[in-house]
Amino acid sequence: MEQRPDPDELFKQAQAEEQAAKRGKLKIFLGYVAGVGKTYAMLEAAHQRKMQGMDVVVGHIETHKRAETEELVAGLEMLPRKQIEYHNVFLPELDVDAILSRHPRLVLVDEFAHTNTPSSRHPKRYQDVEEILNAGIDVYTTLNIQHLESLNDIVAQVTGVIVRETVPDRVIDEASEIEVIDLPPDELLVRLQEGKVYIPEQANRAIDKFFRKGNLTALREMSLRRAAERVDDQMRSYMQTRAISGPWAAGESLLVCISPSPLAEKLVRTTRRLASELKAEWFAVYVEVASKPEINPTNRERIGRILQLAEELGGKSVMISGGSIQEAVLEYSRKNNITKVVVGKPLKPRWQELWKGSIVDQLIYASGDIDVYVISAREGLNKPNMPADWQPHRPLGRYLLALGLVIVSTLLGISIRGDLEPTNLVMLYLASTVISAIFLGRGPSLLTAIAGVLAFDYFLIPPYLTFAVSDTQYIITFIALFIISLVISSLTARAREQAEAALLREKQTSALYDLSRDLTSATDLQQVANIIISQINQAFGRDVAIFLPENNQIGIFASSPNYQPDENELAVATWAYEHSQPAGRGTDTLPAASLRCHPLKTSNGIVGVLGIHSQDKANFLTPEQRLTLAAFANQSALAIERASLAEQAQQAEILRATESLQTALLNSISHDLRTPLVSITGALSSLDEDSGTLNESARGALIENARGEADRLNRLVGNLLNMTRIESGAIKLHREPGDIQDVIGTALEQLGKRVEEREIKTYIPEDFPLVPMDFTLIVQVAVNLLENAVKYSPKESLIEVSAALLGEKACLEIADRGAGIPSEDLSRVFDKFYRVQRPESVSGTGLGLSISKGIIEAHHGSIHASAREGGGTILHIELPLKAGE
Amino acid sequence: MTETGQRVLVVDDENSIRRYLHTVLSAQGFIVYEAATGGEALKAVLIDRPDVIILDLGLPDFNGIEVTRRLREWSQTPIIILSVREAENDKIAALDAGADDYLTKPFGTGELMARMRVAMRRLAIKPDEPVLKVDNLKMDVSRRLVTVSDKEIPLTPTEYELLRLLLQNVGKVLTHRQLLRQVWGIAYESEMHLLRVNISNLRRKIEPDPTRPHYLITEAGVGYRLRV
Repeated sequence: MEQRPDPDELFKQAQAEEQAAKRGKLKIFLGYVAGVGKTYAMLEAAHQRKMQGMDVVVGHIETHKRAETEELVAGLEMLPRKQIEYHNVFLPELDVDAILSRHPRLVLVDEFAHTNTPSSRHPKRYQDVEEILNAGIDVYTTLNIQHLESLNDIVAQVTGVIVRETVPDRVIDEASEIEVIDLPPDELLVRLQEGKVYIPEQANRAIDKFFRKGNLTALREMSLRRAAERVDDQMRSYMQTRAISGPWAAGESLLVCISPSPLAEKLVRTTRRLASELKAEWFAVYVEVASKPEINPTNRERIGRILQLAEELGGKSVMISGGSIQEAVLEYSRKNNITKVVVGKPLKPRWQELWKGSIVDQLIYASGDIDVYVISAREGLNKPNMPADWQPHRPLGRYLLALGLVIVSTLLGISIRGDLEPTNLVMLYLASTVISAIFLGRGPSLLTAIAGVLAFDYFLIPPYLTFAVSDTQYIITFIALFIISLVISSLTARAREQAEAALLREKQTSALYDLSRDLTSATDLQQVANIIISQINQAFGRDVAIFLPENNQIGIFASSPNYQPDENELAVATWAYEHSQPAGRGTDTLPAASLRCHPLKTSNGIVGVLGIHSQDKANFLTPEQRLTLAAFANQSALAIERASLAEQAQQAEILRATESLQTALLNSISHDLRTPLVSITGALSSLDEDSGTLNESARGALIENARGEADRLNRLVGNLLNMTRIESGAIKLHREPGDIQDVIGTALEQLGKRVEEREIKTYIPEDFPLVPMDFTLIVQVAVNLLENAVKYSPKESLIEVSAALLGEKACLEIADRGAGIPSEDLSRVFDKFYRVQRPESVSGTGLGLSISKGIIEAHHGSIHASAREGGGTILHIELPLKAGE
Repeated sequence: MTETGQRVLVVDDENSIRRYLHTVLSAQGFIVYEAATGGEALKAVLIDRPDVIILDLGLPDFNGIEVTRRLREWSQTPIIILSVREAENDKIAALDAGADDYLTKPFGTGELMARMRVAMRRLAIKPDEPVLKVDNLKMDVSRRLVTVSDKEIPLTPTEYELLRLLLQNVGKVLTHRQLLRQVWGIAYESEMHLLRVNISNLRRKIEPDPTRPHYLITEAGVGYRLRV
């Protein structure tokens, strides 16, 4: 069959190529055991690159003091390693930051599978390497085949040595180049005998066992096979992109069911191998059965680990819930077009299966066109110290209660057994079975059913107090009672369990609903953040911090009241933000931190980071909590994005307003600055060019006018300066006790000629207290207000100034008999450059009131304008009598 | 009115201001010397022996406060400070350092002449003048008697001291600190309310209209002066 290139496949490849162009290239020198010469080969290759003019740097090399290796290293630039303290010992580790800042073309990093010292940035060295690759730096590294995750168990089987340092298979799949460093086992053994192979101390004991020819051959085969597999992959992908037909696997996809059993890890690894042979994607699924909602913490952790293992092996981990394992698995499989399901062979004894029914049987029975693979466990392979899984699911009390129910039914039955047919008394036991199924659970209801049948026979069927039965027809009653009891107890218990599971889900859904409901009502970013924090706090009982970027730099935006993230935690958040991946507690990056950081992602990118903090080291989130948290994070990300967009829109609006204000400022200033200049220049030039035509009074008028205009110019500049100082917050109050009377007197003195001809009356009580104020600034306010009063009222009208005490405040009022301010403008007169529509004759910048407002507010006082009875305006100032802060 | 032969030193780094002052002061009969920096100013005072100094606060080398401080170490030549509105604190510091008066730019020629005359005349006032007098306000120091339009005004000892200080320095700005120091003592330097209350009481006693003072002028943010 002719196969056309799959567009998805082409796209994926294009994407991978694009990604690879930005990413550095990884070359792995793969060996099958220590001593084949990987490091040596890597160094030689590095020297070649260097000769070609490439910028090569050594990040980390373990020479094991071998002369030939050391010689090769000497010719290369070595970056210093980071000394990380662990239990008072300093251990040298790869310094990722040093490499990133040095930014060479190629860096050599030995021992790909190395586990870093705790408190390093990543737990594993391969994760360090990934970060380096992401920065666009090429990496050469070395790896032994037994460190490959999917081969881990096979290696253990073959050699009897369990390797703890592993790297996920995908890392190898993603490497751009793999060079197999091969050495026939015989030669290796010779080298070993000559002492040319460095053996890590911890492996010393196992050395004889390990370096057997059989082992070595097996390992060698594994590494060659793995490399061949990869070549095969490349071949397939090459053929597929170029539409060369070949034996394609048709869209297989696998699902493996896992449980806390020791078999699960093997199942996952097997599935991975199966999937990679089939070129299929695969899923690891754990089903939460509603009847066992409370799995014990050890098992929960085990499941978490197995799911993580699956992710590391390139599968997808899923947790689903349902009434029974087989139903949930099959439903999920059909939805996701799973073609093959892998399950473990049951470990339970046969009789239990007969009694409970085997999940495998049921699965196979209901699977339809889905293939079911049953994998067996090899006894004794790795049966780690499993904690006893069998624990009474229900406390003993419930079983006693169940027996109590039977006793009550029996007593009731005995008291009325003469009046009723025994078959009717059966109903008593059925009722008690239902009751115990509803309230006590599955086990106790079974007990009720069995005890009920026995009690019925013993007490209520003649002859009494014996299990003997006089009438054989009662046998049918017994059987019917027994079966009906079982069915009822099973159905009721399941209904109850499903209700419980639904309740749990509902609790989570309602928490989510609460969150989204509250979030819709939030209007700004701060509110959104507070809601997220308090809701997550309620749902999970953890302290929460929200980190948001500002100028591409992430910072703490909000956090729970009693919690303030420290610098380390900020670093975790920064990492999570920059890499758009979870970091901190329970993740692969900086797991020693007490904060778990989730990137808040939306379709438009990352908007921030959500940090969940917990003091208690052991207190991990359960898998279902993690799922709920992910849902919370999604909601939060959307809300934050929405709020910040709204904020941006608002800022744009403010900017527009500012722009129009600036236009007003420019208009006002250019008009107000020019007008006086026109008069001054005019006056000066007329005087300069005068050839005696101007009489004395004309000259005097010109000069007088020019001088007045110069004064006006000076005031304008002063106002503008004050405005700028107030706006920029540069104004500093020198608060001292000040005399209001003095304020008015000084203001009038400063106004000088402008108020000379006006009648101004002051009413200030003689015993009026001193008011804390910046005297100069308050005088400025009085000058502005008095000047306005003078300017906007008829010459012959009276201006009144009065002061009064109002509780803890001093009030000053300046009242005129001018035309008054239209009521709709009363609040706007304090806006900058706002001028009430007036005939052109009155000049002004519209700054005076706005400056006054700024000054009064800096004093924590208030100022407002109101219409005066009988015409005119009152300006009312209140200043606090106590300076406060 | 012209001041023939009086010598004035103009210290300002702005050429245009020096030129303007030169023109105006020469026309008034002064002999004008100029300096553009603090260093030049100190030298010019030594060489040219001016009768009055007009000193800008903002100078390129060291500022007017420093110039005042150094001058006052050996010279009592009257100093009039030129300042801008933003340099309020510098102005007070210069006055505290011993400058006689200040003018805020921009200023009128008339105002400048008036301040210069007051400053130069003060040198002629003998500190132990028995009767101090401004308009209708009279103080007979020997008898501790104060009258306004020949009407005796009863004053508390503090008010009397305050008024005597202002009268002895008539026309000159006295800063808050100077007044507090000399009337109450150094320990009271920052007790502004004492000064405010006493000034307020004094005004009620000597001013014809305390809301619009005639004698006792407030220099906002700086201090007080008795109007000439």
